[in-house]
Amino acid sequence: MAVIRQLVPWALAQCVKLLLLLAAVSVASFGLMELSPIDPVQAYIGADMMRVSAEQREAIAAYWGLDQPPIEQFGRWLTSLLQGDMGTSMIYRTPVTEVLAEKFTASMWLMGTAWLLSGLLGFGAGVLAAMKEGSWLDRVIQWVCYTLASTPSFWLAIMLLLAFSVWLGWLPVGLGTPAGVLREEVSIADRLHHMILPVLTLSVVGISAIALHTREKLIEVLHSDYVLYARAQGERGLLLVWRHGLRNIALPAVSLQFASFSELFGGAVLAEQVFAYPGLGQATVEAGLRGDVPLLLGIVLFSTVFVFCGNMTADMLYRILDPRTREVKA
Amino acid sequence: MIRKAHTFLSFRSTSWSARRLQAWLSVASVALLLLLFAIGALWAAGQPIVTALTLRNLPPSAAYWFGTDWLGRDMLIRTLQGLQLSLQVGLAAGIMSAAIATLLGVLAASGKWADRVVSWLIDLFLSMPHLVLLILISFILGGGVQGVLFGVALTHWPSLARVIRAETLQLRQAEFIQVSRRMGNNWLWIGWHHMLPHLLPQLLVGTLLIIPHAILHEAGVTFLGMGLSAQQPAIGIILAESMRYLSTGMWWLALFPGLSLLIIVRCFDRLGHTLQRWTDPHRARN
Amino acid sequence: MALLEVNDLSISFEQSAGWLRQRYIPVLHQLQLTVDAGEVVAVLGASGAGKSLLAHAILGILPSHARITGEMTYRGERLTPQRQAALRGMDIALVPQSVAYLDPLMPVGEQVRHAVKQGNKRERQRESFRLYRLGEEVERRYPFQLSGGMARRVLVAAATASGARLIIADEPTPGLDPDVMREALGRFRELADVGCGVLLISHDIASALTVADRIAVMYAGTVVEIARAADFAGDGTALRHPYTRALWQALPQNGFVPLPGEPPQLGERPHACAFASRCSAATDACLHEQPPVRELRRGLVRCVHAS
Ligand code: SF4
Repeated sequence: MAVIRQLVPWALAQCVKLLLLLAAVSVASFGLMELSPIDPVQAYIGADMMRVSAEQREAIAAYWGLDQPPIEQFGRWLTSLLQGDMGTSMIYRTPVTEVLAEKFTASMWLMGTAWLLSGLLGFGAGVLAAMKEGSWLDRVIQWVCYTLASTPSFWLAIMLLLAFSVWLGWLPVGLGTPAGVLREEVSIADRLHHMILPVLTLSVVGISAIALHTREKLIEVLHSDYVLYARAQGERGLLLVWRHGLRNIALPAVSLQFASFSELFGGAVLAEQVFAYPGLGQATVEAGLRGDVPLLLGIVLFSTVFVFCGNMTADMLYRILDPRTREVKA
Repeated sequence: MIRKAHTFLSFRSTSWSARRLQAWLSVASVALLLLLFAIGALWAAGQPIVTALTLRNLPPSAAYWFGTDWLGRDMLIRTLQGLQLSLQVGLAAGIMSAAIATLLGVLAASGKWADRVVSWLIDLFLSMPHLVLLILISFILGGGVQGVLFGVALTHWPSLARVIRAETLQLRQAEFIQVSRRMGNNWLWIGWHHMLPHLLPQLLVGTLLIIPHAILHEAGVTFLGMGLSAQQPAIGIILAESMRYLSTGMWWLALFPGLSLLIIVRCFDRLGHTLQRWTDPHRARN
Repeated sequence: MALLEVNDLSISFEQSAGWLRQRYIPVLHQLQLTVDAGEVVAVLGASGAGKSLLAHAILGILPSHARITGEMTYRGERLTPQRQAALRGMDIALVPQSVAYLDPLMPVGEQVRHAVKQGNKRERQRESFRLYRLGEEVERRYPFQLSGGMARRVLVAAATASGARLIIADEPTPGLDPDVMREALGRFRELADVGCGVLLISHDIASALTVADRIAVMYAGTVVEIARAADFAGDGTALRHPYTRALWQALPQNGFVPLPGEPPQLGERPHACAFASRCSAATDACLHEQPPVRELRRGLVRCVHAS
């Protein structure tokens, strides 16, 4: 219970921090968008530009409230935002909240699976490298990790596509669902089939950071005084790593993984683009390319909350699980 | 005492001189690669890109190492030119980012309030996915080179700013700075004469470590169609175009440009890490 | 038959110099030592003299690039790496210096239970906790929640619970409150009195003398003298080696005579008596070679001129 009592003020502080952050992000992005040379009306009309008269343009601007002064626009946007209404996406022609919900659900499967996979694989590789510190295996793992960290993720995606879809023909070239099939008819198997390559790309991209971090930490632990003492007590090999190593590196590793939501989201944007996976990443690109201001603002706010949640969870795990921060010194 | 014994661990297999040799070798090999690339880029810059319809879609050969595209253009030349562009933008953005980092880092070390504001700014910039922020900034600036440049510069400074802040704080406490202060020198003078020389190595390493990320992000946004314009021979553009020809089996359009980018980025990364280990052997490890 | 016998033990560390060449940095040379059951033998020496390496060598937990020569026997049988691995924690236990040697994220009760190799783990752990006046609630505490004295008792409790016959104890960290220190040393005496052999590694003569039966004095990587505790008396005439005598005379109650100079760095191969540069009795004879070990008045000494 003491834990909960300690967590409450912290959680409140976090909420205040998030609100401040969101306020700053919305003011800044909204303000900057006003200054931008992009014309939202044109974005709405898209390719039909030629066929739209000046009157029609004005009508559209009035409809979206674009003829009002910026402060007023921001005020309107903010009041509706506070009521849970983020406006209407210009390209999807549906409320931004709906677009976000639908696209994020799709992305969540992708990111969630990749997040888990990269975490497990990276952790395993890191542990292996640290246990064999200095061996060829360690060197290979490090080399691969550093190389992966320098690899453009979209190029990796293209290479996977080339290998598995074009050459081997095992997996479909793109699209989260097969073209021409109604959403309801898509079987889970189909969907999984289309998820394999994006997930693979995203997982491989995520391995490097966690593996190098885990290796570093475990080596530090294995050279620590307490492991020396454990060895003096006859412990060794896997048992030793299991008892003292994993106990001491698990928390930092899991925390790091939670703190990596920012890179995960960025990776998803690129991977979804290559594989034409209809998720939030692709929506981000679309919104940016076609000037869908409400959607872009919505995504910016949403991704801020997403990253914030990851960082907060990382922090919270330490507070709940590490005995050193959990209890006051006796 | 047992700690003492463990200092012998650092003797392990590589002595100081051997490690230094290794570092030299790694720097030398990276420098050699970059030099080769520079020569290649110079050569490519002089080569006009010819569209030759008779030479379309050729796989790699002795005459066309990287093959040709659907217009018969030599992919080697295009790749080298693209790399050069990506590199220029990446370097410029990295340096701008380092400048922002230095400014804010030093500012943060100057007072309590400034520190709070700067750490809040850092929080703010770390709380959005880099790529989303980049897309946003590019969008706001209407795309193009300046969009990417500012986007990358504005997203990559936080970690270096933290280093500079810590270093400046430490320096301010240092004996010789205190003495200089008591001798009546003002902060500006001290900053220029005493602090800058100490910050310089950190700054150099920090910038070098930003550059690989800057290049990768530049390529990423350009690939998404929000960076450099389609007329420019950037690597991101080349790779985005190659996507359209993948199903026809023209693998070389994607493989070589991307691989070259990977190698260049890896070179900068390696250089940065080696120098980091050099200037700061304690904090070196990652 | 001695419980532990160390004969001519030398340790060096491998270091690669340049590309292919390798160099060995000697750290211990030709060290002699015995520990009998029921006795406390203190190994005394300034930091850097190689005391902890000796402890690690006996346990077989030196880093992999250490090269070891000489012979160690336990109960008359050679200590091979295999035998060391089997005896570690079973027959030979280490009592480390401080709480930093406990896993920070594991309750101390569990750590002591891991040390128990025979019998019911929980019972033995509880038993040894009771012996050292550690309440049951301490079991669930983490190392950072222990006071200095408690941590010390937990570490000794672990060694006791393990049932080891030879205890190698690193002296508690300096700076511990004197009462706690005295109590901690008293524990080792008790362990010896019930039949264990205790090798106490220390850098403080005064405290070591309160519990030790014999004292081995280390200087520059080797044992220069092994004396009985009784030899440390008066102005030190019963002592055999000039270094030991200088240490004894440097104590406040014995005149506070400082010993000038610095001990040599680890890693130098001795061609002369390592103490020669600081020794007031040094002659040319001392510079020819490292003085051999001699037996003298039921002790050992490595000095040409000792009598
Ligand atoms: S051998 Fe000589 S120099 Fe060494 S301690 Fe004895 S008298 Fe002194």
